Amino acid sequence: MAYEGDLNLKATELRLGLPGSDEPKKQASAPSIRSNKRASPEIAEESRTRSNSSASIAENGDRGIDEPPAKAQVVGWPPIRSYRKNCFQTKQNDAEGEGACMYVKVRVDGAPYLRKIDLKVYKSYPELLKALENMFKLTIGEYSEREGYNGSNYSPTYEDKEGDWMLVGDVPWEMFICSCKRLRIMKGSETKGLSCL
Amino acid sequence: MDPYSKRKKELPERPPESTRPSPFPDEVLELVLGLLKSNKDRSSVSLVCKDWYNAESWSRTHVFIGNCYSVSPEIVARRFPKIRSVTLKGKPRFSDFNLVPRNWGADIQSWLVVFASKYPFLEELRLKRMTVTDESLEFLALNFPNFKALSLLSCDGFSTDGLAAIATHCKNLTELDIQENGIDDKSGNWLGCLPENFSSLEVLNFANLNSDVNFDALERLVSRCKSLKVLKVNKNISLEQLQRLLVCTPQLTELGTGSISQELTERQYTELENTFKHCKNLDTLSGLWEVMTPYLPVLYPACTNLTFLNLSYAALQGLELANLLRHCPQLRRLWVLDTVEDKGLEAVGSNCPLLEELRVFPADPFDEEIVHGVTEAGFVAVSYGCRRLHYVLYFCRQMTNAAVATIVQNCPNFTHFRLCIMNPGQPDYMTNEPMDEAFGAVVKTCSKLQRLSVSGLLTDLTFEYVGRYAKNLETLSVAFAGTSDWGMQCVLGGCTKLRKLEIRDCPFGNAALLSGLEKYESMRSLWMSSCNVTMNGCRLLAREMPRLNVEVMKEEGSDDSQADKVYVYRSVAGPRRDAPPSVLTLSGI
Repeated sequence: MAYEGDLNLKATELRLGLPGSDEPKKQASAPSIRSNKRASPEIAEESRTRSNSSASIAENGDRGIDEPPAKAQVVGWPPIRSYRKNCFQTKQNDAEGEGACMYVKVRVDGAPYLRKIDLKVYKSYPELLKALENMFKLTIGEYSEREGYNGSNYSPTYEDKEGDWMLVGDVPWEMFICSCKRLRIMKGSETKGLSCL
Repeated sequence: MDPYSKRKKELPERPPESTRPSPFPDEVLELVLGLLKSNKDRSSVSLVCKDWYNAESWSRTHVFIGNCYSVSPEIVARRFPKIRSVTLKGKPRFSDFNLVPRNWGADIQSWLVVFASKYPFLEELRLKRMTVTDESLEFLALNFPNFKALSLLSCDGFSTDGLAAIATHCKNLTELDIQENGIDDKSGNWLGCLPENFSSLEVLNFANLNSDVNFDALERLVSRCKSLKVLKVNKNISLEQLQRLLVCTPQLTELGTGSISQELTERQYTELENTFKHCKNLDTLSGLWEVMTPYLPVLYPACTNLTFLNLSYAALQGLELANLLRHCPQLRRLWVLDTVEDKGLEAVGSNCPLLEELRVFPADPFDEEIVHGVTEAGFVAVSYGCRRLHYVLYFCRQMTNAAVATIVQNCPNFTHFRLCIMNPGQPDYMTNEPMDEAFGAVVKTCSKLQRLSVSGLLTDLTFEYVGRYAKNLETLSVAFAGTSDWGMQCVLGGCTKLRKLEIRDCPFGNAALLSGLEKYESMRSLWMSSCNVTMNGCRLLAREMPRLNVEVMKEEGSDDSQADKVYVYRSVAGPRRDAPPSVLTLSGI
């Protein structure tokens, strides 16, 4: 965590904001409100860095997608016991499954607002991807296990029940339906990053 | 023959009658002290003199060990020869939130081995955050013929096979309480392993198991066990099945339902209503998984004498909660999901004047785009209506200093105040100031405060307040808070009764850690993770305080000098020898 300040990781951060907007600096602004009682400037700086880095790094040091810092995948936060987490996620998916529809939000990098689609309407990945292409007027391309979505600038990803961002298409359709909480269509250079993994 | 009667040979030589200070024979003293139930009182008694120490040791039948590594089973057995009931807690509490590596320790097996030889007549075992394997469960089932009560809370390492072993061999079982564990649910028919003539069960809780149990076996079991007082089934038990069970168990005092989600015909609905009409002895109701709210009214007749209602698995809306609460005039404890929103909490304030405990859990804690849930308004509404409130656990996404000040003014008797503003480091959303004054108000007003969890944007000022005013504080949980070492120093210096301190993601470093040198031996434990403590600081602590165990858990890829997670606790058993490679024990000689 101490190396954060040196490597200019900001330049390589994955962000969910619209291009050109700054991420809401909730935590960065926090220290300025704090009292003047600081043992030394270094500690305040480190604590700000630390809180940002805890917000964006999951337990194994993997880099999660850097959401607005305060709400990202902080390990063990909020302090809810695992058995409760699992209950609710199952319940919500069941509830959505039993109903006639299953709306999830779709975010496309560069778009001014989000859309919602009903996953229950589609029976397979090709149908879903075609619908997304139509809705947003873009090309997603063909899925391949080795290379993800090659031949286009866009990669469809989704957030699963555990809060991880996954590439659409890896798991069987039924499993995808049960675990997909929201979709994000990533664009451009970030896409390349994903296929390098 | 009393297996413990050979004690006379093992006690130190008694001085002759004329010089003995006590006029009572040992047996009388033991009889009197045997009536003492509180462990705190017993500890005081044991300090009076040698005779009282011995009498207390011989008359104690239940031992509570808050940290399994603070003492060894051999030491326990040497001091207390007549134990029949053991309560053990293992891992640090933050293991509930995945902050502790999986193979950390707290394995019950080494305890069971000693107990098998020293306490063969052990009757009760209650474990929290321990690792329990199937082999251990089988060992337990086979080596303790009088074994009666097993309670496992937040434990891991076992599967339903282990439960089958217990069911098969424990002929005198009265209590099987399996709660919230990391259990490997292999399904199987563990319940059916209870013998056909077995009828002594009083408590059965398998609410958190995911797989089906053999319903026929369950139905037969429940009808045989006339003393069954507590029955908590899992979500796979349907409403219809529940009804069949309830017909056999009018004497139940605690009920955990299965799911209330199947479609019912009108006739089934009426039958169910009638069944619940006969559950007049219920004081606790829980379960209610996936509840289909039109069916909630069947429960109303059973709620007349309810003192504890656990709706934390039922995603109710405010109105539904309000309707239900109108039928619960005796409610003392209520657990809900934040789907009830502030409106639901207003109903709590209006309908539950006797309420002492409220827990509001977030239905969707990880979705940052949620705009509902509960706010400060709901909490304030409860405080106006429920003046006896003394225990609160509240998850919310916004809070203000003014609201908290109002709340504690209405309810000055808080003993447990656990507020979780879910966005780390979030200020008062109206004034944009830190939440220091909120917690200042809590500690200044609530002089009986024993447990406090803080959250939101907090500077060292919060901890100055805590150190200065929270003189009865025993447990403090801190996350993403504080400005400098001074904060933690205030707490360590001021909170004289502090026993457990758990800290994560705070700017407290070695100076803070070491300021508590003298204090840690009077505490159960200290946890610090993602703070600014270094390995050198920990080594210094370990060197200066040889009776503390100082353990460091390193994370992959972190700096060599950083002590990512530190766990410090007092122990008379020395450094533990079963730590996995990821846990470094830095204890002194």
